[in-house]
Amino acid sequence: MQKTRRMAGVAGLSVVALSLAACGGSENEGGEDGVNVGIKFDQPGLGQKVGSGYEGLDVDVANYVAKDAGLGKVTFKEAPSKQREQLIKSGQVKMVIATYSVTDERKQEVSFAGPYFIAEQALLVAKDSKINGVKSLSGKKLCSVSGSTSATKLKEQVPGVNLQEFDTYSKCASALSTGQIDAMTTDDTILSGYAQQDSYKGKFKVVKGVGGDEIYGIGIKKGDTALCKKVNTSLQKMVDSGEWKKSVEKHLGAEYQLNAEKNPPKQETCS
Amino acid sequence: MSQIFEQFDVISFFWMTIKLTALAAVASFIIGTVMAIMRLSPVPVLRFVGTAYVTLFRNTPLTLIVFGSLFGISITLQFSISDTLSTNAFFFAIFGLAVYHAAFVCEAIRSGVNTIPLGQAEAARSIGLTFTQTLREVILPQAMRGAITPLGNTLIALAKNTTVVMTIGVLESAYFLSKVSEDASSQLNNAFLLVAGFFVLFTVPMGLATGYASRKLAVKR
Amino acid sequence: MSSSSVLFDAPGPKARVRNRILSIISLVTFAAFAWWIISVLADQGQFEAAKWKPFIQSEIWSEYLVPGLINTVKAAAISIVLAAVLGLVLALARMSALTPLRWAAGVFVEFFRAVPVLMMMIFTWGLFIQTPSIPPDQAPLLAVVTALTLYNGSVMCEVVRAGVGQLPAGQREAGLSVGLSEQQTLRTILLPQAITAMLPSLVSQLVVVLKDTALGFNVTYLELLRSGTQAESNYTNLVPVLIVVATIYIIINYAVTKLAEYIEGRLKRRGLGRKGTTGAAGSTAAGPDMAFNRETG
Repeated sequence: MQKTRRMAGVAGLSVVALSLAACGGSENEGGEDGVNVGIKFDQPGLGQKVGSGYEGLDVDVANYVAKDAGLGKVTFKEAPSKQREQLIKSGQVKMVIATYSVTDERKQEVSFAGPYFIAEQALLVAKDSKINGVKSLSGKKLCSVSGSTSATKLKEQVPGVNLQEFDTYSKCASALSTGQIDAMTTDDTILSGYAQQDSYKGKFKVVKGVGGDEIYGIGIKKGDTALCKKVNTSLQKMVDSGEWKKSVEKHLGAEYQLNAEKNPPKQETCS
Repeated sequence: MSQIFEQFDVISFFWMTIKLTALAAVASFIIGTVMAIMRLSPVPVLRFVGTAYVTLFRNTPLTLIVFGSLFGISITLQFSISDTLSTNAFFFAIFGLAVYHAAFVCEAIRSGVNTIPLGQAEAARSIGLTFTQTLREVILPQAMRGAITPLGNTLIALAKNTTVVMTIGVLESAYFLSKVSEDASSQLNNAFLLVAGFFVLFTVPMGLATGYASRKLAVKR
Repeated sequence: MSSSSVLFDAPGPKARVRNRILSIISLVTFAAFAWWIISVLADQGQFEAAKWKPFIQSEIWSEYLVPGLINTVKAAAISIVLAAVLGLVLALARMSALTPLRWAAGVFVEFFRAVPVLMMMIFTWGLFIQTPSIPPDQAPLLAVVTALTLYNGSVMCEVVRAGVGQLPAGQREAGLSVGLSEQQTLRTILLPQAITAMLPSLVSQLVVVLKDTALGFNVTYLELLRSGTQAESNYTNLVPVLIVVATIYIIINYAVTKLAEYIEGRLKRRGLGRKGTTGAAGSTAAGPDMAFNRETG
């Protein structure tokens, strides 16, 4: 009797556990009443969780597009670099707007709408640093995020580069502020976001002319041409209405040198 | 399978895991023994420090300790071992692993001490040995033999826990698997089997060897 | 820690002076070490009010740390329950009379004890998000729970087996002699005792599980550590956040360890525990060898 009750207790607990695991996953599909969008939660200037809300260029783009294309209320999901393709493929999010560069490799796994911004690879260094380009980087300590394209590209240009990899850019920024790292590399947009943060203001500068363009697209499920077209129409509206420019200036700061030749970018045709 | 080997330098990732395990094992054994002696010593302050050490590090996630090791010491306290960042990260990874597992080595040795009958220590004291002599000549030699099984378990745990250092960019087995998951997801199953096979081959002999050694070296009572 | 250890005599006048000197020297050394760390941190501006101010406001707690902590506890709670159930099933299989079943359980247990939890997480997560039938939102939690359950279930299986192995032989013999079958003896006499005696191990295994949920960081599970890094990127206070997060883990795990010790103490009073030996004077912290093994994970 004793034993039976104990066994029943264990069984009961596991049922509770299973139902705990099962619940909470019911209202996650986008559809009519809402849309899940993957953004970064820890990228100041682009997609940053600020208290209970989110701020940044990617956030503004997501909100504008969702509203204009009638996708419904946006629910933001975190989309870390490594997992962006998988988030789209799995259907966890309908769009990824998370400093997501269009590349041929990625095109094999997902489709892209947009682009909505053309950034370029750059360096973030201390205000008084002598580093002014790729050449002056040899022998210097460089920080980047594991799995990012920018580090791979720089490695090819500067073979003997002294590289530290962390899992988030903010850890790199924090290391840079102590002076133990000479530079961090990624897109100029991201770097400007950090240079803009309150506690780093006036301490860092962005060095351009380091690498090629990073074409920010909106990642969607492979072959979803209908969605791609809708998103592109809305993006064009965002640019035409001046909302796009406002958002860029607000989030990337007054010091950000916008490459006006390329921005705002012309959208690619959906395929 | 061959595609993985073409795309990734698999052997170098595994070799890194082996190096991390070996060096961190030695370092954690040294730190852990020192802590165990402190915990057993007659000096209250040392006992307190030993206890605090174990409580602190045993209860913190290893991910946090490894990151804190590199970030806290090398970047915040500005104490670097090498100017080459990958070497620096490697050493601080070992340091973090060693500091964490030393807490378990300490407890393993103490549990080894627990296997020694009271009479041994009493006999040692009654023939006039001091604390240091008692520890060195009577207690620790027996304790180490009694601690072989828990020490072996700690070693196995350490070998597996080296995977955590991917968080500071050390190129070892877990870095490899997450790279595959990211760059070549179609190969994920193969890569997992490869890595799992490596760890089975790596850790199962450790278990067998310590099991054999603990039986062979057991203090007969 | 009690003052009476069998390793050294009660200190006489000379020894007391020597101990006091040693105490002072070590105290000064550790204090100097701590002071050095604190002063360098202060030089770095890590104690600036701006970096710590968020912690006295509610936002960092309500938006980042508390939700993260809830996720940590949620993953740990589900995993430990499932691991206990899996461990029991595996233990029954490993002690079964059917050779193939014994073998299968043995291979299962050895495999999942050998594969690092982080590997399991990365792999199962990669698998789950490609599986259409799994609600994609739940993939990270599911990966964390699966990896933790498989590993800790295998460990619990060995805990239960060791518990049965440590029971006096007379228990089994008595069971058989009153006409119970081998299986009945195991289920009605040996297992209940073994499980009771192993309760402290189960609770201290919870510490392992709690710590290992932090590995969920690598598969986007938004647990305490990950929510801490999100907070840090907003408030730009990495070092303070790490200190606070570590403190939360230490307090929780310390409390769980104490709970395990309390349960062990109660069992001991009921005569189910074990006898003291050399180093154990005044301390139950070391616990039995088997209990220790679990905590290494």
